[in-house]
Amino acid sequence: MARAASDRLRLTRRGFGAGLGLCCLPKIVRAASDRPMRLNEVAPEIFIRRGADEDASPENGDAIANIGFVIGENSVAVLDPGGSLADGARLRAAIREKTAKKISHVVLSHAHPDHVFGAGAFVEDQPSFVGHARLPKILAARGEFYRKRLVEILGEAATGPLVFPTATVEAATHIDLGGRVLRLNAHPPAHSGADLSVIDSRSGHFLPADLVFVGRVPSLDGSLLGWLAELDGMARENFSAITPGHGPARLAWTEALAPLRAYLTSLRDMTQGALDADQPLDRLLAAAERQRDSNWTLFADYHPHNVAQAFHELEWGEDRK
Amino acid sequence: MTRMALVLILSCVAVLARAQDADEAGQREKRWTDLATVLFDGRAPAPAEGLIDIDAPNRAEDAALVPVRVTLSQPGAVEALWLVIDDNPSPLAAHMIFGPGLDARNLSFRVRVDSYSFIHVVIATAEGLRVAQKFIKASGGCSAPMDADEDAARKTMGEMRLKWGKPQDGATAAKLMIRHPNFNGMQMNQLTRLYTPADYIETISLRQGETKIFDLDGGISLSSDPVLGFGVRLSGAAPIEATVTDSLKNVWTQEFAPPSTGE
Repeated sequence: MARAASDRLRLTRRGFGAGLGLCCLPKIVRAASDRPMRLNEVAPEIFIRRGADEDASPENGDAIANIGFVIGENSVAVLDPGGSLADGARLRAAIREKTAKKISHVVLSHAHPDHVFGAGAFVEDQPSFVGHARLPKILAARGEFYRKRLVEILGEAATGPLVFPTATVEAATHIDLGGRVLRLNAHPPAHSGADLSVIDSRSGHFLPADLVFVGRVPSLDGSLLGWLAELDGMARENFSAITPGHGPARLAWTEALAPLRAYLTSLRDMTQGALDADQPLDRLLAAAERQRDSNWTLFADYHPHNVAQAFHELEWGEDRK
Repeated sequence: MTRMALVLILSCVAVLARAQDADEAGQREKRWTDLATVLFDGRAPAPAEGLIDIDAPNRAEDAALVPVRVTLSQPGAVEALWLVIDDNPSPLAAHMIFGPGLDARNLSFRVRVDSYSFIHVVIATAEGLRVAQKFIKASGGCSAPMDADEDAARKTMGEMRLKWGKPQDGATAAKLMIRHPNFNGMQMNQLTRLYTPADYIETISLRQGETKIFDLDGGISLSSDPVLGFGVRLSGAAPIEATVTDSLKNVWTQEFAPPSTGE
């Protein structure tokens, strides 16, 4: 199975090379992959590439999420492989600049395209692809839809294949990289239906992926009440520092948490208020489309979507009438 | 010389862009013509000329949950309505057959919109078929027409609520909510071996006593946990009965009391 996957990858690579210079798209992709990846060392031997606070575009190659890797004494774990095959290939090249150790694990924090489509670049390393227990099902339902969308933006070659986890986490697990252990926690529906967070035992650094957004407006694709509950639980932890899924590569835990909780709380209260006042979804959505909030980037792009999700969740919450 | 070349290139680009737009418009038009031929046995619906108003967001902010409101200016003359999302894998979202208990002035639906697509609403009147359309842009980012966790919806599947709104001109606004994943199935995947059969709502019917309010044939283009808005011409105190069937042959029936009139 791994053999077939790597054959497919080689084919894709060949296609990628052959396309160069024929049209503008592969050229842009090549330009993006030629640029060396800028890494931040957020804790000893934890390197993060800060994603652009943008939506996927041919120019950014879907390099929009914070992705990176942790180096242990024996091996390397990738913490989200990136938003496209091209993004993943650049990350892999950046890892090889730092170390020749085996890439033993690729953690897929959740199913969203900006976090998982880089996985194809690591198939040849034959790592364990680790995801939430619900991740295979969500990828099976949505993966091809996401891939099609991304191909429309980046082209077939730069997008790459959909890679499924080879190991899944029901509740919690450990990854031993030698001299440092990563603790992985599988969360109930929160940001998405299959969120996995990582804590580095050596530094106490927390990598919650998209359970935490900083600066870029959060996107809701799991459960609003579930997400707020998970944040309540995590708020009691004393992490040395964190790397959110979107936003600065490193910041203090309390600093990261407050604006996110404020946004989600106000989303909950506003939606519940509309439901209590019998406001229909289309009227609420129309109002959400006009809303602006300078505290967040991409607010107009994601806020109405969040309102629709919140409305759907809360309207069944309890019968108040 | 250089400028001339540049102008030439620019005008070529402009022509190409226009050709592409025209091409796309042509494809969308052909798509609808093909769909209409299949749906209506070759009878081409005529423009609705103000009979139908479609209100939907210009962009499907949440691909799985797009509200569509349909206003009919002469609902008394309408026998049935079709709601079609042209570019969805299964375009016919709903076929609604009106009964004497229905007030169809204001109807609302929730649909999935997979990609850039026209929404068409067709009505059957004594004078023939009439059609109106609206174009909807697809959502961006991580929004997908499939729900993140259809298992959660499955636990409460078949649960229904009927919420009453305000009375107006002899009818009462109503909202029927149905818990159902309305799931389009999952293909067998070689790697994961995951396979889940499609399970979507096939029919919804609403009656007050012997009086039909409406019958509706659904499909996977309706959202999960679909919510329908309409008006009911109530007659007496008989309960309202809703019956829902799905593609796995489940049947759910629930009775609702008409709104209390003392308020």
